[in-house]
Amino acid sequence: MHEMAISESILGILEDEGRRQRFSRVRKVRLEIGALSSIEPEALYFSFDVVKRGTLAENAVLEIINTEGRAWCLMCERTVSIRQRYDACPGCGGHQLQVTAGEEMRIKDLEVD
Amino acid sequence: MAIEQEILSKNNAYAADNRAHLNAQGILALNLVSSPGSGKTTLLVKTIECLAAELAVAVVEGDQETSNDAARIRATGVPAIQVNTGKGCHLDAHMVGHAIEHLSPAADSVLFIENVGNLVCPAAFDLGEAHKVVILSVTEGEDKPLKYPDMFHAADLMIIAKIDLLPHVDFSVAETISNARKVNPRIKVLQLSARTGEGLEAWCQWIKAAHAMAGVGRLPAHSVVQGS
Repeated sequence: MHEMAISESILGILEDEGRRQRFSRVRKVRLEIGALSSIEPEALYFSFDVVKRGTLAENAVLEIINTEGRAWCLMCERTVSIRQRYDACPGCGGHQLQVTAGEEMRIKDLEVD
Repeated sequence: MAIEQEILSKNNAYAADNRAHLNAQGILALNLVSSPGSGKTTLLVKTIECLAAELAVAVVEGDQETSNDAARIRATGVPAIQVNTGKGCHLDAHMVGHAIEHLSPAADSVLFIENVGNLVCPAAFDLGEAHKVVILSVTEGEDKPLKYPDMFHAADLMIIAKIDLLPHVDFSVAETISNARKVNPRIKVLQLSARTGEGLEAWCQWIKAAHAMAGVGRLPAHSVVQGS
C-alpha cells in the first residue's frame, strides 16, 4: 500500500507549486502512470481521496493517463509492446528485453484556481 | 498548467544527496530487500562476522515496529540504528538520510540498509544505495520473481538463502533463477546458507568487489577513466 506515500508525494508537490505559482485550489490533477510502474490506480484514487481532505486539493479530481509498456528486444533489434515485466518478446519469445517506456510516475498537468 | 514532475521527485532528490555523500566518503551502501522471514537479519549477522576483520560495517535497520533487529546487530559490535516506519511499509530516502547522519558511518565502510520485509513498496523508493540486493529463501515459492517483478527488476543481485533446507522442500533453484531472469536478464545470483556458512565466502567476495568499486569515487578525477 505505498499508494498512500505516493498520494502524499503528489500532495506535497501540489502544495509546493501552489506557493510558487500562487494558486489556492486545484481542480484537476492529471498523472501519467505507466503500465509497468508499481502503482495500482484504484488504490491511488482511494488514498488520494483520503490525503486531499482539508488541503488545497480538497475538491481535486484525479485523472490517470495510462501509458503502455514498451521494450527493446536485443534479439529482434526492435521495440515491442509488453504488458508485464515478465512478458516474453512477442516476436522471438525471449526475455532479453530492455524496458524503454511504461515506468512513468509523473504529474503531467493541473487545472487550478 | 503543465507541471511535468516526477511524483517521487522529492524522494529522488534526497536519494541523490545520500548517494553523493556516500560516494564522497567511499562508503558502499547496500539496500537489502526481501519478504518477512527470509532470514535477512541472520544473514547480516553472519556477514558482519565474515567482513569484520577487513571492513568497517554499519547498519540501518528498517522495521514497522520494535528495535529488536538493531539490538541483534549491535550484539555483533557494529553500530546500528533502528528506523521504525510506523504506518509506512518501506524506508524512504529522507528517513535514511537522517539515519546516516545519526550513525555517521566511517569513511570507506560498508553500510547495510535492511529494508522493511516487503517485496512491493521498497522497489519504488531509491535510498541512494549502490545496489539493491533481493533475498529469497528456499521456503518461499519459485514464482516470487514473477509475482513481485518490480523488486527483482530493481535488484542487481539475488541471494537464494537457506539452501541447507533444499533437501526438505520442493524448491527448484533453476526455475527460480529462470523466473528472475525473465524480469531482469542482468541479475546476478548467489546461493548460500547463513546457518551452515555455505556460500558465505562468495557473498563476502561480492561485497568486497562492490566496495572496491565504491572507493573509485574517492580517487582524484584524473586517475579515473571517464566515459565519453
